[in-house]
Amino acid sequence: MNKLKDSPGGSRIVITVIGPDRVGIIAAVSAILAEKGVNILDISQTIMQEFFVMVLMADMKEATIDLVNLKDLLARKGEELRVQIDAQHEDVFNFMHRI
Amino acid sequence: MLTIEEILETIKMVQEENLDIRTITMGISLRDCSDSNYKAACRKIYDKITRLAGPLVKTGEEIAREYGLPIVNKRISVTPVALVAEASSIDDYIEFARTLDRAAETVGVNFIGGFSALVHKGFTGGDIKLIESIPGALSATERVCSSVNVATSRVGINMDAINMCSRIIKETAKLTEKYDSIGCAKLVVFANAPEDNPFMAGAFHGIGEPDCVINTGVSGPGVVRSAVRKLGDGADLGALSETIKKTAFKITRMGELVGRTAAERLGVPFGIVDVSLAPTPAVGDSVAEILEEMGLEHCGAPGSTAALALLNDAVKKGGAMASSYVGGLSGAFIPVSEDAKMIDAVDAGALCLEKLEAMTAVCSVGLDMIAIPGDTPEETIAAIIADEAAIGVFNHKTTAVRIIPAANKKVGDRVEFGGLLGHAPVMAVNKFSAEKFSRRGGRIPAPIHSLRN
Repeated sequence: MNKLKDSPGGSRIVITVIGPDRVGIIAAVSAILAEKGVNILDISQTIMQEFFVMVLMADMKEATIDLVNLKDLLARKGEELRVQIDAQHEDVFNFMHRI
Repeated sequence: MLTIEEILETIKMVQEENLDIRTITMGISLRDCSDSNYKAACRKIYDKITRLAGPLVKTGEEIAREYGLPIVNKRISVTPVALVAEASSIDDYIEFARTLDRAAETVGVNFIGGFSALVHKGFTGGDIKLIESIPGALSATERVCSSVNVATSRVGINMDAINMCSRIIKETAKLTEKYDSIGCAKLVVFANAPEDNPFMAGAFHGIGEPDCVINTGVSGPGVVRSAVRKLGDGADLGALSETIKKTAFKITRMGELVGRTAAERLGVPFGIVDVSLAPTPAVGDSVAEILEEMGLEHCGAPGSTAALALLNDAVKKGGAMASSYVGGLSGAFIPVSEDAKMIDAVDAGALCLEKLEAMTAVCSVGLDMIAIPGDTPEETIAAIIADEAAIGVFNHKTTAVRIIPAANKKVGDRVEFGGLLGHAPVMAVNKFSAEKFSRRGGRIPAPIHSLRN
């Protein structure tokens, strides 16, 4: 079900949240991840210009959902919270920034 | 561990600077589809393309979503059709073009390239039939792209083929005059055509290629422009080159990742990444704008050739470090109609055909998507192609001409193709005649440095 398991970088993904800061963003995102068996490895956040930026590294090894559907779920939650939430496979960043 | 800055840099490239994978192109050999009965040949072609490329679009969309990287086009290139159709006892190859069009429609790709012939040294019967079928094929189909290789550094320039192509270009313009002669936008005349180019309209699947292969073409002029802008006006040209190189490296890595993933999922070998800065008419997706960011008032101003040389070379160097298999055209494209700032430069009077020709000596391809008056004589078009082929052949690079003698249009009029093909002002052509030269025909011998064995 999860093609990521066979990809060179394994099953790790990067979730980014960008938007105005507000109560409950981390709670909402981590609730979805917990429900779908996605394990959070690391969370970091920063303020870029006036925007709140959060980056979550997570592992989908035990996930009960595939990345495409997880993206949809997170994007819908983002609309609700009026922030932009995206999930991408970690390979994209590793390929660009690591040799 | 990745830093938050690195992650945001990548996201910014995609969201604000139009970084995308311009195309995943599946190359398919049709050499096993020949048949003396053309209907049987067409059936084999249709079956093979739809079988191999069936999952192409879906796989591309899946990868785009998982990686969060737009993959703009999914396309197909095939063996030059002249080689496949030649065995069939039929004179008009338009049915082969229709078959390609139907197959492309079935699998959901927007262009299929390879209605092509390689005639740099001479013609076979099939080559002539194919070239004669081009105007009909390009007016009767929507997705089929055509190319003819008329010269190589190894064998010289086939002027007879160039003369034939210029007549075909005029006929194609006439047959598609209702749509601003759009047929010519799907026809490329090449010198030193690469066999693994994933970009349209010049893509075909070369004869040294495997049965099926995945090639990718990256893009990202917006990313390069913004990197150059960040450097500021004080940075010297060495610093510009260094920054462009690093940016091209990052862009190319994305092409490599997507290409390898697509090839693996489709179960076919991975071919090459074509590291090209390919502009689109969208604002901020322009190669001319990079030159302007480097310090030119307009593309076409004195200094444009030097600036483009720096850009083209830095892109290649960065790309070559990022992928073991860089191929295709790899460099910077300078089409006119597909680049908003090139169009502005023509409108402002900064960019003329002759300056474009000079720039093609250092860009990755050639005179591309240029509209000229519909009454430009055939012999003049032939001479323009010969000039361009000479630049390619004598400098050991690919050059090409994709020129649109827009039927019933004069200098200053506009042509409108829509979509990625864009729109263009009709440019002036030197009025002096080259008729006697073109009409001589024959073959310009290969340059002395072709004797390398």
